[in-house]
Amino acid sequence: MVAVSSPPIEGDRPTREDPNSRAGRRPPRAGRRSIARLLPIAPSIVLLALFMAGPVIWAVVISFTDTALTGRSAREPQWVGLDNYVDLVTDRDFPVSLLLTVVFVLGSAVIGQNLVGLGLALLMAKANRTVRAVVGTTVVAAWVLPEIVAAFAAYAYFADDGTLNQLLGAIGIDGANWLYDFPMLAVILANVWRGTAFSMLVYEAALNDVPPEITEAAVVDGASGAKRLWWVTIPMIRPSIATNLMLITLQTLAVFTLIWVMTKGGPGMASSTLPVFAYQEAFKFQQIGYGSAIAVVMIVVGAAFSIAYIRMLRPERRS
Amino acid sequence: MQRTRATLSLAVIAAASVSLIGCSADDGGGDDTIRIVYQKTDAFVALDDLFTKVKPAFEEANPGITVELEPIVADEGDYATKLALMQQSPDTAPDVFYEDTFKVRSDVEAGYLLNLDEYLADWEDWSKFNEGAKEAGRADDGSVYAVPLGTDTRGIWYSKSVLESAGVAVPWEPKSWDEILDTARKVHAAEPDKVAFNVYAGKPAGEGSVMQGFGMLMYGTDDELYDADAKKWVTGSQGFIDSLAFIETLYGEGLAPAPDVALDGSMWQKLFGEWFPGGQIAGTIEGSWSPSFWMEGGQYAWPEYVDDIGVAAFPTQDGGGDGAVSLSGGWTLAVGANSGNPDAAFDFLAMALNQENSLQYNIANSQIAVRTDVAEDPAYLDANPFIGFFTDLVTYTHFRPATADYPEISAEIQAATEAVMTGQMTPEDAAAAYDEAVVGIVGEENVTG
Repeated sequence: MVAVSSPPIEGDRPTREDPNSRAGRRPPRAGRRSIARLLPIAPSIVLLALFMAGPVIWAVVISFTDTALTGRSAREPQWVGLDNYVDLVTDRDFPVSLLLTVVFVLGSAVIGQNLVGLGLALLMAKANRTVRAVVGTTVVAAWVLPEIVAAFAAYAYFADDGTLNQLLGAIGIDGANWLYDFPMLAVILANVWRGTAFSMLVYEAALNDVPPEITEAAVVDGASGAKRLWWVTIPMIRPSIATNLMLITLQTLAVFTLIWVMTKGGPGMASSTLPVFAYQEAFKFQQIGYGSAIAVVMIVVGAAFSIAYIRMLRPERRS
Repeated sequence: MQRTRATLSLAVIAAASVSLIGCSADDGGGDDTIRIVYQKTDAFVALDDLFTKVKPAFEEANPGITVELEPIVADEGDYATKLALMQQSPDTAPDVFYEDTFKVRSDVEAGYLLNLDEYLADWEDWSKFNEGAKEAGRADDGSVYAVPLGTDTRGIWYSKSVLESAGVAVPWEPKSWDEILDTARKVHAAEPDKVAFNVYAGKPAGEGSVMQGFGMLMYGTDDELYDADAKKWVTGSQGFIDSLAFIETLYGEGLAPAPDVALDGSMWQKLFGEWFPGGQIAGTIEGSWSPSFWMEGGQYAWPEYVDDIGVAAFPTQDGGGDGAVSLSGGWTLAVGANSGNPDAAFDFLAMALNQENSLQYNIANSQIAVRTDVAEDPAYLDANPFIGFFTDLVTYTHFRPATADYPEISAEIQAATEAVMTGQMTPEDAAAAYDEAVVGIVGEENVTG
């Protein structure tokens, strides 16, 4: 069982308007020279193959066996073909977990981090230096924290006797037990808090690259702020949006620590996204094979999202 | 540029190889080092104390052999996982380890435990062990693979002061589930803020949800969880539904702790550390080890417990059958199947479990002794006022189904109790989901009902 490693992040490379791209001007007799060029990066390829591709392939292979941590199948794992996948499809917890994963990714990454990040970046572009420094530091602080620290902070904030309820209590509101009554909302908000900084930084950089004359031309044409954003700015930063969406989606898909610390996937199955579900099956119920099958499904889900985003980029390249 | 890159990659390779060498340098206990792996938590240091004491004595008696103590600081569930992961490689596999009785059979099948028959035949102390307790370490092939440290029984622990203030006469000796509910409702009506009666449930409490929870109910019904004669798991039984319904009633009526509190894996610490000493709970199902927390030097020292706490046997559903029910578990020491020096490993185990050390451990951890020469020792009998009562409960005790599938099925029971306590499923639906899961685990042919 491995955490899902990010599938092809490099997918967005061809779309970058990179003036130094070598793609077009590689000499035809590149055979020997390119081998020589590969030499210095060979170690990193080997390391990647060893530590990234290796575990992924191992997880896929294991998912076709009944490998366990205890019992007879710990000693002699049997090849069981697609049994784990058949069990998974008929497992009543699986659709719940899959749905929760999609809700978590859409809610906290695609909508939460992405929109809040874009909003912050747009506002920051107009703000003065002091505001930028204060807001920037505050937002990035959550991102800089190690995941486990951020998770404990979020737990302390949302816990029944935590910061949020004490603040609410101070103004006379009896807060809910967030982690128990609204576990998904709590973990989604926590993940938005933790991850927004990344989107903000990406969009700040992208907005800086929008040539001011184009925006000015739109102003001269009489476009309102909202129209400029929708018709000029967003199309111009579209590649960054797709790249950002892909990165935060894959990152969010793999979030485990945050949820585990805050709710342990509970109550019941109420916040068991696929990584939590996979961990439970593999290490709590000791069914490594079954847990790996869930991990493979996660890779597929991640790949599906990635393909969608790469598709999203294509028309932009042609135009 | 090229050169710096090459230098850089060389540096990376060098760094990587160094770290790899770092890994392999830890040979995991060769022939002259034996590695002891066991659980240690802030509330469970008795075993750590024992091993820390045995280590120098053993090293002195066996010159040239080094004992490496490796406590794993984790709760029971995480301890089991970490131990199982250590077993995956001969380099990390322990020589002697602390093993829950209910894992013995499945771990023997996994090939983690060494067959101890030959060693036990030459160990004169083995005859001092209680015959029933010896079974705890026996696997399906009839050989013994683990030696018990102690056992435990379970019953009702209640707060005399809370019950009296709610108008319940003590000693309280409920004769049926209904009497427990009646009393709990009385306490709840008088003191709505207090926990009226706790039965452990839910996945976070792990095996405790079965042993100090569902199992105490299930074994008191007319039905069985497992038909030991036919070697089949029982599905579709009314007793299973009734047991879940009792849990649903307790949690649904607010007699038990609020589900969100109960689903925090550390609730038992509150129960021992805050609720009983603070008069916040009327009663609970708990194990014979409870005094180990309250006695002097315990994690939640509370010397007044001797006067404030009362105990009772847990009744069967309607008072029929034996009238009372208890479950027993306990932990063992086992020798790793891949131990580089099994002779030394067994000698260490034998020394840790001799009369003197067993006595010390059983008293410190409030265990029910499995050595007859410890059970008769006055120091053991005087250790706490409840030890006699819980030793007698052995008469009513049940052991968990000793099959390799049990840990997985136990996890399904925990899931069923959680679904019911949170109101996510009715007892009937949760029982049906359990039945389906059991068939999935053991196969249609190993199920009745």
